[in-house]
Amino acid sequence: MADENRVFDVEIITPDRVFYTGKATMIEFNTAAGELGVYKKHIPLTTVLAPGVVKIHEDGEEDVIAAVHSGFAEILPEKVTLLAEIAEWPNEIDKGRAEAARARAEERLANKTEAIDVKRAEFALRKALVRIDIAK
Amino acid sequence: MASMRDIKRRKGSIQSTQQITKAMKLVSTVKLQKAKNRAEQTNPYSNYMYQTVTSMLAKSGTIDHPYLRKGESTKKAVVVITSNRGLAGGYNSNVVKLVTGSEDLPVDDVEIYAIGNKGKEALERRGYEIKEDGSGIIESPSYEDAAALCKQILADYTAGEIGEIYLAYTHFKNTVSHEPKLIKLLPVEFDEEEIGQAAEANVLMNYEPNEEEALDMIIPKYVTSLFYGALVEAVASENGARMQAMDSATSNAEEMISDLTLKYNRARQGSITQELTEIIAGASAIS
Repeated sequence: MADENRVFDVEIITPDRVFYTGKATMIEFNTAAGELGVYKKHIPLTTVLAPGVVKIHEDGEEDVIAAVHSGFAEILPEKVTLLAEIAEWPNEIDKGRAEAARARAEERLANKTEAIDVKRAEFALRKALVRIDIAK
Repeated sequence: MASMRDIKRRKGSIQSTQQITKAMKLVSTVKLQKAKNRAEQTNPYSNYMYQTVTSMLAKSGTIDHPYLRKGESTKKAVVVITSNRGLAGGYNSNVVKLVTGSEDLPVDDVEIYAIGNKGKEALERRGYEIKEDGSGIIESPSYEDAAALCKQILADYTAGEIGEIYLAYTHFKNTVSHEPKLIKLLPVEFDEEEIGQAAEANVLMNYEPNEEEALDMIIPKYVTSLFYGALVEAVASENGARMQAMDSATSNAEEMISDLTLKYNRARQGSITQELTEIIAGASAIS
């Protein structure tokens, strides 16, 4: 399995820390244009991230899973860098808080009569759903 | 010659001041350690952000985008990051001087977004218009604070109320050296040389959805990351500056105390000699 031709460098950087560095055979994440899976030697691409789960397939190891909420990704043939504003490991997520956030966002979206920021509420709902999904 | 009691009182007061400066030095040393670690952890993000944006612009130099054009308004927004507390040597006044001394920033055309009371007060006195005061942020800067501030300024920028955005803060080089800096955030300007290097080194990059939308998304994040980096560095510099100031205050106090101790001993000796002379003179007068 340890095949040098298949692994590439992955880095996830947030404003407060270097969240993850390692080698992977494949990485999956959610972009503004839909889900994306990247193998080595992908064409160079810069894309905008959407709230979602990042799944890093390490060579011969168990998959690494994290929640990433906004930012962008730079994909080069030998390296993938995610610059995320928020990134969390599953064990860092407070499930109760995420559930509460989901309820709040759903309620806001349900009665749109007030002057609310629909986009923001939708973003909050997506964030909450990702958190709940990953914390299971 | 001052009396023994005066000297003693003076020495006592200097000693208690020294205790305060010593304690403040210890406190800022601890805070500096924390702030320094934080600044170091923030660095990779800001650096990478800068690289990415530079390389993007290297290839998209022809794109006509609001963030890359000079705004029509002559107003210039300056975000001034100082501290809420004094006793940090030249820390605050250096940043203020940078703003008042800059030829690009005439008093009438500048709107100040102040972070930190000291800078706000100093600039207010000099007749600058303070548009916003976010002094609470500097106590414990978070990325959300930086994002909120950035959003507000960019809204003013796209609405055409301000034409240029500057940032004045103190760059944290290392524990003993901090450098006040004034940088232009928007419209984005880069070193020609760096752009050239980035263009050479670069492979052909694709953008999704497209370049303009990607720029739309990335430039605010770029500005936010610069704000955040500046805030974190400013906190580290503040504590570094205070530590140095308190260190020299403590050693100055030490010097004064040893000087006063010498004077006190001389005065004591003098008074003993005088008393003796008086006793001997009195005794010889009787006999």
